[in-house]
Amino acid sequence: MFDLPEPVLSLAYLVSAILFIQGLRDMTHPRTATRGNFLSAMGMFLAVGVTILWFEILSPWVLIAGLIVGSALGIGLAVTVDMTEMPQLVGLFNGFGGGASALVAGAEVMEVQAGGGSTVLPLDMAVAAGASGIIGAVTLFGSLVAAGKLHGVVSGSAIRYTGEHVVKAGLLAVAVAFGGYLIVQPDLLSAYLHAEWVPSYWILILAASLLGIALVIPIGGADMPVVIALLNSYSGLAAAGTGFVLGNSALIIAGTLVGAAGMILTVIMCESMNRSLTNVLFGGFGEQASSSEEMDDMYEGNITETSPEEVEMLLDTANRVVVVPGYGMAVAQAQHAVSELAESLTENDVDVEFGIHPVAGRMPGHMNVLLAEADVPYDMMKELEEINPTFSQTDVVIVIGANDVVNPLANTDDSSPISGMPVLNVGDAGTVIVNKRSLSPGFSGIPNPLFAEDNTLMLFGDGQESMQECVNHYNDAH
Amino acid sequence: MSELITNLTLFVLAGFLGYSIITKIPATLHTPLMSGANAITGITLVGAVVVAGSGSTTLATALGFVAVVMATVNVVGGYLVSHKMLADFSNPGGD
Repeated sequence: MFDLPEPVLSLAYLVSAILFIQGLRDMTHPRTATRGNFLSAMGMFLAVGVTILWFEILSPWVLIAGLIVGSALGIGLAVTVDMTEMPQLVGLFNGFGGGASALVAGAEVMEVQAGGGSTVLPLDMAVAAGASGIIGAVTLFGSLVAAGKLHGVVSGSAIRYTGEHVVKAGLLAVAVAFGGYLIVQPDLLSAYLHAEWVPSYWILILAASLLGIALVIPIGGADMPVVIALLNSYSGLAAAGTGFVLGNSALIIAGTLVGAAGMILTVIMCESMNRSLTNVLFGGFGEQASSSEEMDDMYEGNITETSPEEVEMLLDTANRVVVVPGYGMAVAQAQHAVSELAESLTENDVDVEFGIHPVAGRMPGHMNVLLAEADVPYDMMKELEEINPTFSQTDVVIVIGANDVVNPLANTDDSSPISGMPVLNVGDAGTVIVNKRSLSPGFSGIPNPLFAEDNTLMLFGDGQESMQECVNHYNDAH
Repeated sequence: MSELITNLTLFVLAGFLGYSIITKIPATLHTPLMSGANAITGITLVGAVVVAGSGSTTLATALGFVAVVMATVNVVGGYLVSHKMLADFSNPGGD
């Protein structure tokens, strides 16, 4: 549109990259994180703005319409989303990023094929386009399935079928084969096989889309933190791949930063469950339900029930209380009641902290955003390594809606599916109150001996109601 | 080929940089980190703008349009949602 000299574009992209990097650096502390998000958004505004000014826009209305529709959808989703729906929204956004990258790479491939008079793509471009297409399409459709599972539209359980690995391998093989076709440019083959007659990129996209669905369908709901983090990484890598196709430094830098971020989160999630990524993706975890006799043996006669009144009495004499939240807290929307309880306790000089397991909930940091929304100060939220040594000096632990992450079998039973998983050793505390609807097993399908311990009291019932009753009793007494 | 080398250099360096920054981010901020990183992925909007705006064929323009919509949702939605969450963290006790 304007006659800007070439370096202006590159310099603007450099400034954008600096803003993205500083934005991420500001994320290292809750105090500066809001500013970081703002800087990052400014970087994006600059990059997009300069691009619109720089490139010759032949059809501005298409562009404007796209920007308006996209902004409206984005604002609508962001404003209306409930905090408990955050995992599926983040998953959905991941998918859109990946899908957009795959489409951009495809459109560029078509431009080159249509414009050059030759069907031959440059080698590096073909490789990058193939990679971007496969990763982008897997991200889009994998994310749609993941978001569907989290939203309850698709069954959250692990859907397994015989031959599923063959199906996945087959789809990947088809996608890679057509990627190879894009690269090799078989001029050697007979004329009717030339790339202009074969929509190889779009067959690749189709196969990769089906692969994305096939990959996520067999993974159970509680493994979604890993899936969401991995797809986050993929969406970044797809953008970086598209950057290689277009020769655009902004896409490469920003995409790679996100790719690294998602990969680190994926690794943290896997380590927090003591499982390999392969096991999470292909292992079909959580299908081996334990026999009911095993559970009866463990629980029979060993379960002590309690009531909100009794909880109040315990809290009355406590000096230090730790709350351990799990996905059940999110389901019951109990975070506000829990926050209120923490506030009342603090006002009465009780030391209160939250012990948060890295995989509690349905995405990395899920519990933290829920509690932050309910006005729990972030310095009360402690990570596993920090909180574990303090349980022996803790009078009361309240476990709300968590199960596997507080299961002592992880430390003691080598044959258990959660063996070696770092868990919160709540049993070290004076009294453990477990708020759950029933004694049903967690995602791992195994019973939890914690419930049968002498110092464990079961507070059966809905998380929100139970916590609210405890708060009311406590406030009445103080 | 030199452009490819330059791009690979950027890719590798950005990877290391990303690793060293992200490992310092506390677990408490992992969700806003993901949605913020997500918004950054919307950088692909830059590519979508070029494709949608300059599309010489109708199909490429249509693809570009869809890509612009998806990437814009990602950018606008991602930054807004991150802001919403981060505001809760930086301002405990108030709204």
